[in-house]
Amino acid sequence: MSAAVIVFPGSNCDRDCKVAIERSTGETVQMVWHQETELPSGLDLIVLPGGFSYGDYLRCGAMAVQSPVMQAVKKAADDGVAVVGICNGFQILCEAGMLPGALLKNAGLKYVCKPISLTVANGQTRFTAGYQGQREVIMTQGNGDGNYFADAETLARLEGEGQVVFRYVDNPNGSVADIAGIQNAQGNVLGMMPHPDRAFEEELGSADGATLFRSVFAAA
Amino acid sequence: MAKVKVHVFLKPGVLDVQGKAVEGALHGLGWGGVANARVGKLVEFDLDGAADPAAEAKKMCETLLANTVIESYRIEVA
Repeated sequence: MSAAVIVFPGSNCDRDCKVAIERSTGETVQMVWHQETELPSGLDLIVLPGGFSYGDYLRCGAMAVQSPVMQAVKKAADDGVAVVGICNGFQILCEAGMLPGALLKNAGLKYVCKPISLTVANGQTRFTAGYQGQREVIMTQGNGDGNYFADAETLARLEGEGQVVFRYVDNPNGSVADIAGIQNAQGNVLGMMPHPDRAFEEELGSADGATLFRSVFAAA
Repeated sequence: MAKVKVHVFLKPGVLDVQGKAVEGALHGLGWGGVANARVGKLVEFDLDGAADPAAEAKKMCETLLANTVIESYRIEVA
């Protein structure tokens, strides 16, 4: 079992992700600089971490998509490797077209940073199977552009195919259908605004994030 | 050499919270007649060596400058 965290200039949760995955699963995590054109072989999980890649210039995540490593990430995703984009990572996955929709500025314009309750909208995914029927989880949110948007047709497809993975209990940012996280049609790419990497042990207020990382490895 | 201007705005129907905030501020300052304020981006650059600068700029918009899921763009070439 092995995982990699991609490091973009401006990523700031890259080390959090490494520590969270290692403490949650006992597996080792490699850090991969965004200029790399190849990923380590045999990966079970690739994480695009939170932060402000390229200073959020142009649009959140837009510049990171052009990084050389993203071609390798896309190929790995096509080959079925699990990819999790958290916060800025979710924005990058949308900008890359690996997930549908886009993240807009929070309705109300506030940067929202707090622990937040989520419902597990689909507990049958490789990311959520470990919750075993647990309906509500707590993770910490921290973003200014977390307002998930998709047109009506895309939204209907997401709902119909069970691609909505997490929903906000109390929507903090105007996201359509209270969406906090979605997966792709193949079920191996997850994007979410809340941070499982900030909720991997009780001392942080919640250990619900650890279950997500453990689920990915259990499914691999 | 072509001088290119690319205007990028959120599509109609996509919530423009910055536009709403600016509109609210203008109302607060007494310009009660302001409506439909929108905040967008202007990217301008010089472009050398392109046979069809407008077509080239369109490719740039589709690749990087705009996210067509939420944004529309308008290109001016001079």
